[in-house]
Amino acid sequence: MSASATRVLFDEPGPRGRRRILLLSLLSALAILGVIAVGLYQFGVNGQLAADRWAPFLRPDYIAFLGQGAKGTFLATAVAAVFAFPLALLLALGRLSPFLPLRWVTTAWIEVFRSIPMLLVVYFFLLALPGPPFNVTFPVFWMLVIPMILVSSATTAEVFRAGIRAVDRGQSEAAASIGLTHAQSLRYVVIPQAIRLVLPSLILALVSLLKDSTLGFVVSYNELQYQGKSLVAYTHFLIQTYLIVAFIYVALNFVLTQFAHWLDRRMQRRAASTTGSLVD
Amino acid sequence: MDAITDNIPALLHGIGTTCLLTILGYAFSLVFGTLLAVCRVSPIPPLRWAATVYVEIFRNMPMLSLLVLLAFGMPDAGLLLPLFWTGVLALVLSGSAFVCETVRSGINTVPIGHAEAARSIGLGFFGVLRFVVLPQAFRTMVQPLVNIFIGTVIGSSLCAAVAVPELTYQTQAINNQYAQAVLMFLFVGAVYLCLAFAGGLVGWLLERRLSPTRLLNRHTTRIGAGA
Repeated sequence: MSASATRVLFDEPGPRGRRRILLLSLLSALAILGVIAVGLYQFGVNGQLAADRWAPFLRPDYIAFLGQGAKGTFLATAVAAVFAFPLALLLALGRLSPFLPLRWVTTAWIEVFRSIPMLLVVYFFLLALPGPPFNVTFPVFWMLVIPMILVSSATTAEVFRAGIRAVDRGQSEAAASIGLTHAQSLRYVVIPQAIRLVLPSLILALVSLLKDSTLGFVVSYNELQYQGKSLVAYTHFLIQTYLIVAFIYVALNFVLTQFAHWLDRRMQRRAASTTGSLVD
Repeated sequence: MDAITDNIPALLHGIGTTCLLTILGYAFSLVFGTLLAVCRVSPIPPLRWAATVYVEIFRNMPMLSLLVLLAFGMPDAGLLLPLFWTGVLALVLSGSAFVCETVRSGINTVPIGHAEAARSIGLGFFGVLRFVVLPQAFRTMVQPLVNIFIGTVIGSSLCAAVAVPELTYQTQAINNQYAQAVLMFLFVGAVYLCLAFAGGLVGWLLERRLSPTRLLNRHTTRIGAGA
């Protein structure tokens, strides 16, 4: 249904309709090209298209510098994910548990960190650590990664919760009927299936983590966005650097989201085929 | 406590700026995102392609990268915009990509038969969308749209990184003076929670209005009859 639903919004065009679509296509293509041309002109007039402002980005030292940033980005994202995802699963289980106080605490945690900006958490960490008498200091890496973990754990917990609830009731009923306790049924029956179900959403959670890691810009941790800032301070190629940095992020996230969608489609096809055979 | 009591005007100003950023950013995102979604399902290929490219770029670009690029980069390209409006622009550019995706998948949840029926009584592309598909699609879109609203609230805080004097920025400025970070964090966090909660409440009310139990009952009985 999904692919074809957008197809049925208009009639199969006749000869006149086809002519009109062609005309509108040409006009809109012209308009789009016009917008791009105006943008390029604006760049050109201000000297932003000059080759010597773009060519340096092919030099190995520039690439190595930005590559180091990419390494920092990957490291922060990976470490944050390793801590945040298991924590999120625990939070989701807490929110679904029959034990009331646990449910309150986890619900509060999730709601708070889901609606508070990460930048606020970052600023809090920068300033709230005990001062002179104790002098607790963190490496900048953790100044970035701990807020990432806190925020991501809350949003990902909701993903896990949806996954656990999406597992068919019959599964836990069947587990109970063969004598598994509630915990055992979660451990051996429900959670493994739930994790499979939420795998595409987990990849999207990874994309948000990758986006959040740009806040290294604020705490001066050398991830990609911050490396861009340092490069700008040194070269003054402002537009060029930030454009290239932004498009590296777009490319990385694009690959990840496409992978998530591919996985999602594949799982839906499989699910459709199995339930189809059951019903028939 | 004096960190808050001494700075009530600054904090109120910050809250006002955050609200204004959020409301303007969200409103323009809704309008622009819906237009983009219409382009994405239209019979005109260049519009479809342009909208797809737009969505893929701005959905995947971190908000902070976009904001830094616009705030610091635009003056170099000869475009001078007040920082506040740069913030709004960034929120709209990224928000509209998410709105577009939400509207498009909302359109896909409307049964094909409805669009076909609308066409068979002679409605054109815009008529089908305006009177039949979008009103029904809207119901399934409420929850994702609330999430985009919360995303806009959170995104507006990043404007602090380019010195727009909104709530997070004011908090940071006061923090630097008073060093009462925990207190400020609790207070400002509560404000953000209230904003998100207000958005959720409006969404909940809308959802309730749009899906009266009458409709729900009819739907379930039909499924029951089918099985």
